Amino acid sequence: MTQSEMPRLNVERSMTPRDRSGNEAVIVAQDVHKWYDNGFHVLKGVSMNVYKGEVVVVMGPSGSGKSTFIRTFNALEPYQEGSIAIDGIPIAHDLKDIEAVRREVGMVFQQFNLFPHLTVLKNVTLAPLWVRRWPQGKAEEIAMRLLERVGIAEQAQKFPGQLSGGQQQRVAIARSLAMQPKVMLFDEPTSALDPEMVREVLDVMRNLANDGMTMVCVTHEVGFAKEVADRVVLMDGGVLVEENTPDAFFNNPKEERSQAFLSQIL
Amino acid sequence: MTNLDVSPNRTPTPTPPPKSPIERGAPRVSKLGPVAWGQKNLFNSWFNSILTVVLLLLIGNFVIGTLLWVFSEAQWAVVTDNFGQFMSGLYPPEAYWRIWSMLGIIFLMAGLTWGLLARHQKKLLNQPVLIGLGAIALFAVVLPLTQPHVLNLIVCLGLLVGMALAGQVIGRKIPMAAQLISLGWFLSYFAVLYLLNGGEVRASFLYLVSRVVLSLLVGWQLSQRVSIPALPPWLTKIGLFAAGVVITYLILWYLPYTIPGLDFGIDNVRTSKWGGLTLTLLLAVSGIVLCFPLGILLALGRRSKLPVLRGFSVAYIELIRGVPLISILFMGQVLIPLFLPEGTRPDRIVRAVIGLTMFSAAYLAENIRAGLQAIPQGQTEAAQSLGLNKTLTTLLIVLPQAIKIAIPAIVGQFISLFQDTTLLSIVGLLEMLKMTRNLLVGASYSGDYVEAFLFIALIYWIFCYAMSYGSQRIEAALNTDLR
Repeated sequence: MTQSEMPRLNVERSMTPRDRSGNEAVIVAQDVHKWYDNGFHVLKGVSMNVYKGEVVVVMGPSGSGKSTFIRTFNALEPYQEGSIAIDGIPIAHDLKDIEAVRREVGMVFQQFNLFPHLTVLKNVTLAPLWVRRWPQGKAEEIAMRLLERVGIAEQAQKFPGQLSGGQQQRVAIARSLAMQPKVMLFDEPTSALDPEMVREVLDVMRNLANDGMTMVCVTHEVGFAKEVADRVVLMDGGVLVEENTPDAFFNNPKEERSQAFLSQIL
Repeated sequence: MTNLDVSPNRTPTPTPPPKSPIERGAPRVSKLGPVAWGQKNLFNSWFNSILTVVLLLLIGNFVIGTLLWVFSEAQWAVVTDNFGQFMSGLYPPEAYWRIWSMLGIIFLMAGLTWGLLARHQKKLLNQPVLIGLGAIALFAVVLPLTQPHVLNLIVCLGLLVGMALAGQVIGRKIPMAAQLISLGWFLSYFAVLYLLNGGEVRASFLYLVSRVVLSLLVGWQLSQRVSIPALPPWLTKIGLFAAGVVITYLILWYLPYTIPGLDFGIDNVRTSKWGGLTLTLLLAVSGIVLCFPLGILLALGRRSKLPVLRGFSVAYIELIRGVPLISILFMGQVLIPLFLPEGTRPDRIVRAVIGLTMFSAAYLAENIRAGLQAIPQGQTEAAQSLGLNKTLTTLLIVLPQAIKIAIPAIVGQFISLFQDTTLLSIVGLLEMLKMTRNLLVGASYSGDYVEAFLFIALIYWIFCYAMSYGSQRIEAALNTDLR
């Protein structure tokens, strides 16, 4: 983000909002506006709070800005107006703040984006070794534990090109978890996978949610949303249309646009 | 074959074990013997048969004619009489033992590297390798060209094999060996330079480099192994490192001058006498090793967002690429001394290497930039989302992949550089081509230009093909995503 693109910021670190159970908000996004370079207004004043331990599923038609919105949470996309703070750290001008945010936010991409020239184990240990500066032994031990947790410990010495799509995505999840982030972002993690592999990845994500990880997922998997999500959010045309529990959202959508969207996917 | 059973109550039967390829109905792959293949492809119709016969006659005529010429009519005296000059220019023959020592060092290091790289191979000396080595040894013994030097060549081959086996053993025991081998090559470059140049050891460049390396090693080990509890850890590390470096360097610098009798060395051979294949290899290797990091820096600089850096990189690349190499070499001979302090007159060879390096770096930068552009955006996004900063992303993720993609272009540039050493004859260096042309001027060999040029063409081809083959092996080893 260049100097001119930075928003004017006013989030203080001590004033993080809390939800009814007293959980702190990990992500506080207020009135976020973003324009692309060609002038297209992609985010039109979106506000969202994500609390600790919550699983939020963001749904919506393509082009609604949902991927762009969650990519602002780890500064992969700059924004022009509004404010975003992760774990109290504001995302704005300061490069140090951005680097601190990126250490606490893990992201899983639709195209996996594994590093093809490194083995699976090296993919997972790279960031802890170089960013958190852990010693080699500790990094490898935690990496192997994570690979076991996602179910591919035996593939540790293989290269990403030798794995199937589902296996690669699970490696990607393990790689993000290795940094022990406070919140995990999932940008359509199963959209590029075959149906059999979708299940194994969703199982990993379900286990992750049950272990208490704060997650924001952009996905079209309605089954996953109904089972795992604490909250479902619908975005359309750069605006946050509706926000509700899965039961209320899927059975009793309030807004017209929600009803139109649901009639298409259900 | 599974049963396609529609009824919902039947439990599906387990799949039967796989059948043999014939039973499975696998496609029949028939491999034709050479006669059958020949019949099928070369002689299947009248036109093809006549065409085959005509072409075979032409090719046969050419090949047999060439072989007859090579073995009976050609006057190879120009090559056999002047072998020493083809290989090392005007180097004094009484100092040829230094050229052979250089060859020995190179074979030693090559063997070590081979063994280290192949440390996981069960049997290093398998059949193809043994056959290859045997063939080379046989050639050395049989060819009249190499017969006088058979002993030296066999010793070199022995060094290669012996050090390869040693390298395997070392590689399996010491994991750091792979990094140290680069240090070994670095030092052997200066050892080779010293052998060529001569002079007192304690005043030589080799000794300077060894001093620096040893001091750094001592300082590093000192800072790692010794700890002073009274001071904070970062202070002890830096302090011990600095102390180790400075003290070791000073000791190594002054010691040879204080102890009498340490002024040994070998005779100095002026650089104007260096020539032939030795000089070609020296220029090419120096150019290649120096232009690679410079090319990487320029490529990254051109893609940088900082305007001064980008401006400088673009200006450098476009200026150098717009001028022929010869003009750069001429300008180098004239301009480089102007940039250096009064009185220093860098050697002609140094100026030539600087010219070659600067020229190749500009082209390499563009080749590497092509590789950088081929890296998908998702790679940098993934690296950034893990918290890696720009430097780490470039060094660990982008550059390795980019260089791997650009290997064909990079190796092509290196091969070009090797052959561009022939242009250095214009600035007065006696590399192999110029040496050949000088030899052909004399009356006794004036008609034998075909033999002489064929000989050096073969030498150039061997080295260029070796580079090409090496690059294919490197690419195969790096192709991790296509296994």
